[in-house]
Amino acid sequence: MSMLNFMKASMKRGDPVIRIAGEGGQGVVTVGELLDKAVAQIGLHVLTESTFTPEIKGGDVMFQLTASPVPIPSQGDRLDILVALNDRGYRANKGNLVPGSVLIYDHEDTRPEGLDGVILYSIPMSDISRSLGSPLLKNMVALGAVAQLFSIPMNGLQEQIRKRFSKKDPFVLRTNLGAFEAGFTYAGEQIQKQDLYYLITPGEKRDDLLLMNGNEAIGLGALIAGCRFYAYYPITPATTIGDWLTSRLPEVGGAIIQAEDPIESASLAIGVSYAGTKAMIGTSGPGLDLMQECIGYAGMAEIPIVIVDVQRVGPGNGIATQCEQSDLLAAAFGSHGDLPKIVLAATDVRDCLDLTIEAFNLAEHYQVPVILLSDASLSRRRQTIPRPRLPEIRIIPRTRYDPAPSSYARYQVTRDGISPMSLPGQSGGEYIATSLEHAETCSLGDGPQGHTIMTDKRFRKLDALEEDFLPLEREGPARAEVGIISWGATQGAVREAVQRFRQIGADVAALYPKLLWPLPVKALETFAASVNKVVVVEANKQGQLAGMIRACTRLEPHRIQTYNGVPITAWDIFGKEGLL
Amino acid sequence: MGLKYRTEYRTDRKVTWCPGCGDFGVLDALCDAFSRTGLDPAQTVLVTGNGCSSMIGFFVKTYAMHGLHGRALPMAWGVKLANPSLKVIVAGGDGDAFAVGAGHLVHIARRNPDLTYLIMDNGCYGLTRGQPSPTARRQIMAGENGVGQPINPVALLITAGATFVAQGYSEDPKSLRLLIQEALNHRGFAVVNILSSCPTFNRQDEASLNRPEFLYIETTSHPVHDRLEALRLAMTEEDRPRVGVFYRKKRGVPDERPKGAGSEDRRDDLTRLGEMMDELRP
Repeated sequence: MSMLNFMKASMKRGDPVIRIAGEGGQGVVTVGELLDKAVAQIGLHVLTESTFTPEIKGGDVMFQLTASPVPIPSQGDRLDILVALNDRGYRANKGNLVPGSVLIYDHEDTRPEGLDGVILYSIPMSDISRSLGSPLLKNMVALGAVAQLFSIPMNGLQEQIRKRFSKKDPFVLRTNLGAFEAGFTYAGEQIQKQDLYYLITPGEKRDDLLLMNGNEAIGLGALIAGCRFYAYYPITPATTIGDWLTSRLPEVGGAIIQAEDPIESASLAIGVSYAGTKAMIGTSGPGLDLMQECIGYAGMAEIPIVIVDVQRVGPGNGIATQCEQSDLLAAAFGSHGDLPKIVLAATDVRDCLDLTIEAFNLAEHYQVPVILLSDASLSRRRQTIPRPRLPEIRIIPRTRYDPAPSSYARYQVTRDGISPMSLPGQSGGEYIATSLEHAETCSLGDGPQGHTIMTDKRFRKLDALEEDFLPLEREGPARAEVGIISWGATQGAVREAVQRFRQIGADVAALYPKLLWPLPVKALETFAASVNKVVVVEANKQGQLAGMIRACTRLEPHRIQTYNGVPITAWDIFGKEGLL
Repeated sequence: MGLKYRTEYRTDRKVTWCPGCGDFGVLDALCDAFSRTGLDPAQTVLVTGNGCSSMIGFFVKTYAMHGLHGRALPMAWGVKLANPSLKVIVAGGDGDAFAVGAGHLVHIARRNPDLTYLIMDNGCYGLTRGQPSPTARRQIMAGENGVGQPINPVALLITAGATFVAQGYSEDPKSLRLLIQEALNHRGFAVVNILSSCPTFNRQDEASLNRPEFLYIETTSHPVHDRLEALRLAMTEEDRPRVGVFYRKKRGVPDERPKGAGSEDRRDDLTRLGEMMDELRP
């Protein structure tokens, strides 16, 4: 082996980052989802990111796939292979190309310039597509070329294409398969491979991985938790939770209602839960604002509900399809009055599933509203996660009223604040749920002490929360110079940044709280005591978590913040001057 | 099991309405209708909004929800969705129904869930000291100043899609009780708009209500299943309010049925959930 070939071989990368770009209507996401399934099918972990503008047709769209034999923390900050389905896709993404990376394009519409060291493969996508009778097959031609060039199993992709188009006209399946095969053949015969990328075959095939996006994971988590009611008013990026549950909830005896506004969805859920069925509602920031009165009602009347807020860029209508972590304050403090409630935040697709189950456990156990925060990037991110083992999952029911000869007091003041709850149908358990301040027996006007006693009772429920619920993950050495705290989807980028810091010998640890309200004060202070400098990383302008930490602890954290609408990257943290 | 006497449906809580309030008549008629229908308090849920009239839930011995202003209807539909075997009654004021809750009213009406809705319509917001509500007849005068004209509750409900629409009067408890019984027996969204007095804050409307000569709908001659005729009757301007059943129609009710609470047997679900997860394998 020559020295050059040896160097090339040692530089080969088996975990390429592939980005397909074009505009709405070109089938970018369609081929992306065929590709990620085929790659996951051979047993690799995948993580995808897709972005698009709110228009249904004609806006910029991109779909990016990362594949690896080991779990992938985030979408990363490198791009290895760009597939431009038109000039617009090329222009929107050419800035990410670096020497050694690959551009696949069509010479007919795109003329790459000034890309020093980038390896160029022109595929006549339009020409092949037209020759097969439709200008809309460019995406499948490109997919075929990608499969050929980067050793992605052809039969796996063909199987995915058949599945995808099996319910359509046989002609559609035939032409799509034909375009895929034509792209595959063209690249094999006409392109001289010069790059170093290929898809690794995992040593051990895993068949216990599921592939889904964050919103599907929330839907699945809800069903596993025993949720049998979901209501929503359509809003990007939360709508797809309802889309996924629409056919599935009825199959397990549940119901789903597309309500006439977010307030109606919240009111429905409160009624459903009052009658004893676990209920969830989903929305994004603008809908959360509208639901706040209902959330206060649920807290005061002690009716468990789970609210999912898939955050998007705010305030107002903001940017519906882009991500931000700026609803934390609204979630923690949004409803008026002294209100006990719980706020959780999912860090990845697996968390979307696990924390939805936990949200139900916490809501039912403490009889409080629980808000689960996700975001636009997780809503679309498709990620492989281990298949949940259903019998091993802990499901906590609410404390129920057990008919007794003595008279029933719904809001009985107990040591832990949790009062047994009767359900309509139970004789002897009749009571009026109310958000007027009330005494144990629901009577009103209990004098000046009454409100103090009942407020304390309601808040006492959360006293043991930090002990009952594992609120966080920690990584890095037991003592470190710098300690990074991050929440939500930012975690992935922080994990990658911590790895890089440690590769260069920097002394960095990280803490990822998943319980954000009530703030896990003990855990935060313990972590802070183990590091010399605390830095909070989050995707919002105000430093919402940092501010909450300042308000509730003795800590004065430094901050790293982005608010550009796209997921934060490891480089945003690793490259930050003055961090170390 | 139902209770024998209407007084048995009453809690011993002190009623806080003003002397002469029309809501007393509604409470009596409701309890009377409950006992004659034989409703089991454990199987009955009375859901209210917020305001003077919405306090009614505190005085009745069934399950109850004292909800949020304007949100009684969706909360009640939620209860019904979770447990369709329950009898679910909604009660509240005209502000609840036609102001803050107007959006829910029209959509719940067109969906036609199996709920009985009693609107205690006194044309004002009593709890905040008498501001005019959307049904205040005194707005007919104010309308000239651009304030607007009052809502016609019966016409609104008929056009929105309610399948039982009646109007009653709080000071005529017997006919009101009969209307409530009819509404309770109707399968679908049944509404009784109850003209009710507020002697403390709505003296203008009070004057028109205190006239004894109400117009009763002739059950023999009024084609109660004819929506257009019902609407015509509701839209006809008369010097006296009209009471009785304006419209009645059989129509399907939504049959979304969540699995009830306490279903501990997860085995069937586990099988189906396993299949759903298989579909998510790449």
